[in-house]
Amino acid sequence: MAKETGIMSWKELELGNSITRPGNAGELKTGDWRSMRPVTDYEKCTKCGQCYIFCPDMVYKKNAEGYYEQNYYYCKGCGICAHECPVSCIAMVQEGD
Amino acid sequence: MGKRIGVEVSIAAAEAAALADVDVIAAYPITPQTHIVEHLSELVADGHLDAEFIPVESEHSAMSCCIGSSAAGARTFTATSSQGYALMSEICYIASSMRLPIVMTVANRALSAPISIWNDHADMMMSRDTGWIQTVAENGQEVVDLIFHAFKVGEDHRVLLPVQVNLDGFILSHMIEPIHMPDKAEVDAYLPPYKPAMRLDPAHPVSMGPVGMPDIYTEAKMAQDQALRNSKAVIVEAWKEFGDKFGRYYKPVETYKTEDAETIIVSMGSISETAMTAADALRAKGKKVGVARIRLWRPFPEAELFEPVKGAKNLVVLDRAMNFSGGDTGILGGEVKSVLFDQNHHPSLRNFFVGLGGRDITVQNFEEMVEKASANGGKPVPYEIINVRD
Amino acid sequence: MGIAAEAIKDFKGFNLKNMPEVEPLSSGHRACQGCGEILALRQAMKALGTNVVVCSATGCMEIVTSPFPQTAWNVPWIHVAFENTSAVVSGVEAAYKAMNRKGKINQPDVTFLAYGGDGSTADIGIQALSGALERGHNFIYICLDNEAYMNTGIQRSSSTPWGASTTTSPAGKYSKGQSTWKKNMPAIAVAHEIPYVATASPAYPVDLMNKVKKASMIPGPAYLHFYSPCPTGWRCGGDESVAVARLAVQSKVFPLYEVIDGQYVLSRKVAKPKPISEYFKMQRRFRHLTETDVQMIQERIDAEYAELLKKCGVEA
Repeated sequence: MAKETGIMSWKELELGNSITRPGNAGELKTGDWRSMRPVTDYEKCTKCGQCYIFCPDMVYKKNAEGYYEQNYYYCKGCGICAHECPVSCIAMVQEGD
Repeated sequence: MGKRIGVEVSIAAAEAAALADVDVIAAYPITPQTHIVEHLSELVADGHLDAEFIPVESEHSAMSCCIGSSAAGARTFTATSSQGYALMSEICYIASSMRLPIVMTVANRALSAPISIWNDHADMMMSRDTGWIQTVAENGQEVVDLIFHAFKVGEDHRVLLPVQVNLDGFILSHMIEPIHMPDKAEVDAYLPPYKPAMRLDPAHPVSMGPVGMPDIYTEAKMAQDQALRNSKAVIVEAWKEFGDKFGRYYKPVETYKTEDAETIIVSMGSISETAMTAADALRAKGKKVGVARIRLWRPFPEAELFEPVKGAKNLVVLDRAMNFSGGDTGILGGEVKSVLFDQNHHPSLRNFFVGLGGRDITVQNFEEMVEKASANGGKPVPYEIINVRD
Repeated sequence: MGIAAEAIKDFKGFNLKNMPEVEPLSSGHRACQGCGEILALRQAMKALGTNVVVCSATGCMEIVTSPFPQTAWNVPWIHVAFENTSAVVSGVEAAYKAMNRKGKINQPDVTFLAYGGDGSTADIGIQALSGALERGHNFIYICLDNEAYMNTGIQRSSSTPWGASTTTSPAGKYSKGQSTWKKNMPAIAVAHEIPYVATASPAYPVDLMNKVKKASMIPGPAYLHFYSPCPTGWRCGGDESVAVARLAVQSKVFPLYEVIDGQYVLSRKVAKPKPISEYFKMQRRFRHLTETDVQMIQERIDAEYAELLKKCGVEA
């Protein structure tokens, strides 16, 4: 846990305070920032991939059937995907509802 | 076996960097550093040195290039002076914090204004807290030897810090001196190829220079401070190995006739040669004077300095730079006082600012300073600028 | 054929259906909701892949991707200071060149990328950038232009457009906001006679990625200027980043073009341009502007666009 929080002894620091675990920001749950959640209506989805390429948080991933699914662990709920979806199949839904 | 040649010290410094087989040199011209980097670019142009010479557009970019180069795993060298140092200083702090073993020679020169291309130690004093290892040469041979030593120490995985080799501008940089230049095989036997502990390599991605929040900044500085402190043993060890291989032994503080001295002059750099001449002249007049010369400026050699001066009644401490402390002591003066305080030792101490912006210092000046130190009776006296016209 | 044209003559280009899956920049970064800057950077990194060394200027993209002990970078990355990333990348590139030549490494195909915001590029870092472009290092420079110093709190830069209200060019009784016209950084890059310069927008990801890929294929320096919407600084909705970026292109505010071996090439002609009033309406930084102000800006934008078309040899 120490390594994740940065609370560590000076003796544990890597040379020059560098970070040697590439992409370990992936441990951070930026999904906590979200107040609205994007929900895709797969009936309407055309698998065009706009949501995927316009997501600043790399939330969308193509599944076996070619649909793009959200990883809510990272989704900050910005709503770009819903705004850009050409067939309006993504709805922003209040968290907790 | 190398050979002894008569050569300009700057040329010898460049040849030393070339013998160290540097990969990248990034430099911007500034008097009196120019001959060093000019000669390096010639060596590259003529095929005598296989390196990238980056003729950058400023000293700030020189040090920034050096950081990029060193972080990519290349042996990296640069040289600067005075205003150039001032411009790059922001990045010098980062080079040491990122633990990159860049080697830089500084042809010491006064700081503006008024603009002066001539020698003093203002740039060296300004750089004292950057976290770099710093050595100070007295003569041309030392410049060459300290450059090999700088790579050896900085790149040692127990250290991994940048090293600054200071040489007096013009007074040393432009002198032609007899210097023993070792051959490549001798240098290779002393200085192994650089093996970076970490480098910017797509096969092993690292992130260098991340944001340090308050929960880690203190630890980062602690680790860096420990690295500098721990470097001293390696510095001394590398000098010992150098002596065993080349027959020239170096230590953090050099002494001259200090054993029985009543008055000791504490100095740095080429002025120490004049100080030794003055010591001899004063001894001929019956005054027991010696010289303690600081070769290792950072990390500061407290114990090594106290040892030779502890028996002296009077100390003359020379700051070859204007330090506007407004109090009793300049920078070296303050360092020496701190050593004495730690040892509860109270000689009569006078701190003089000498040789500012190329002003000559004579043997007579030394006689005057020794006289003043002997006469002040241990009372605190503000620093005094020597050789100033009323 | 010039060196750039020669290097890219067989380039096929990306399309939405065959996007590279690689994400050299990982999730978990701390960019604001709807950040258009990190979106542009993400798209660029997808085009570049992982055989790359990235040099970052101080700024939003440095802060949000690297708070210790986490990094969002899956590729080697270095941050040194604000104004010197072009010099740092010069050193990295030179080191690779020397070490490859001397047989110390065998990594001849690594791409070197430097990026900075508009302040870092057009203001404090312009000297280092100019030096690196002039010396001809083989690297890509990306300016992520969000038209102000966003990381320090929305202060104006020389890249802030006329009339934008920022914290140091506030609109007020005696002020229209920014009182100078946006510095033309791509033209400054072009003046260095480098092989490749291009503008790109994250609203046109395929175009952006193609330009980044081309830049990586072309030997020598390449300068890319990315329009990088900042919902926080521009006071627009986080969901509108891409929409505002698209509108900037459609209203001719941010035209997309390439300069290949010195030849201007228009990437997309805006057939039916939208009025800039529509673009301004989305952003509160422009809301103080009067109709007369907007008309004056419109005339300037029209003239600049006409000039660009002329350079590209395209009829108006």
